[in-house]
Amino acid sequence: MSAQIQTEYDLFLDSKNLLCPMPIIKLAQAIKKINVGQTILTETTDPGSQYDIAAWARQTGNELLATETQGNVFRFLLRRTK
Amino acid sequence: MDIELEQRVNELVAKRLAEIEIEKAMQDAQRVKRLALVASKGSLDMAYPPLILASTAVSLGWEVGVFFTFYGLDIVNKYKLPKLQVAPIGNPAMPPPISAVPSLQVPNIVGMLPGMTPMATAMMKSWFHRANIPPLQDLIEVTREGGGKLYACTTTMGVMGVNAENLIEGVECRGAAAFLEFAASADVSLFI
Repeated sequence: MSAQIQTEYDLFLDSKNLLCPMPIIKLAQAIKKINVGQTILTETTDPGSQYDIAAWARQTGNELLATETQGNVFRFLLRRTK
Repeated sequence: MDIELEQRVNELVAKRLAEIEIEKAMQDAQRVKRLALVASKGSLDMAYPPLILASTAVSLGWEVGVFFTFYGLDIVNKYKLPKLQVAPIGNPAMPPPISAVPSLQVPNIVGMLPGMTPMATAMMKSWFHRANIPPLQDLIEVTREGGGKLYACTTTMGVMGVNAENLIEGVECRGAAAFLEFAASADVSLFI
């Protein structure tokens, strides 16, 4: 996974200051709003979400393209695959 | 000749078995996973774990079934759900130490005083609110919208005198056999 997340994405989801399970629930809802092949950038602050979002991507088959940490914010770039 | 033939057959069988194993692993990876939960407790704190797991599992694309039994039935009782409480009495972790004075431990017997249960409940609700944790109703809604099944234990309904009209929308009344049939093919099953 690359360290730097490109600035282009199709949808932004702010899940900062939300705890489990909200970043995952909101991500599952948001991914339905974009088309297959499009990307979503989500930002979180819950330390557990670093592992939860990777697990969500593996379980749903969507692609986690890149992750990075900026201070106490975790950023995830994902692509809808189906 | 016979030995050669036997060797050849063994090779082919081994090759085919390896192929079948790979096919099976691929099918397993694609198969929708299933979560079966038993929610047996009816206090505010213990209503969250099954609903957090259920709402997360539907978000992962899993099949979900939650069997609400004994006091857990209160979670899907439309009259009780908004009034679930947490009692400090008998719970040595409650109330938690005050963050300003972590060494101060309130004696548990204080929880026996009138008004302590509503106070502890209000306190816990304020923590959830501060942490942006949604109310239980929202987690139920996410679970239901994601296709999760909510099962009310019919034995509990009989014992506690709860009828189907008391339950929140979309709850199905089932016995243990129906739940076990659902849980038999679950990948994760937990009793909470």
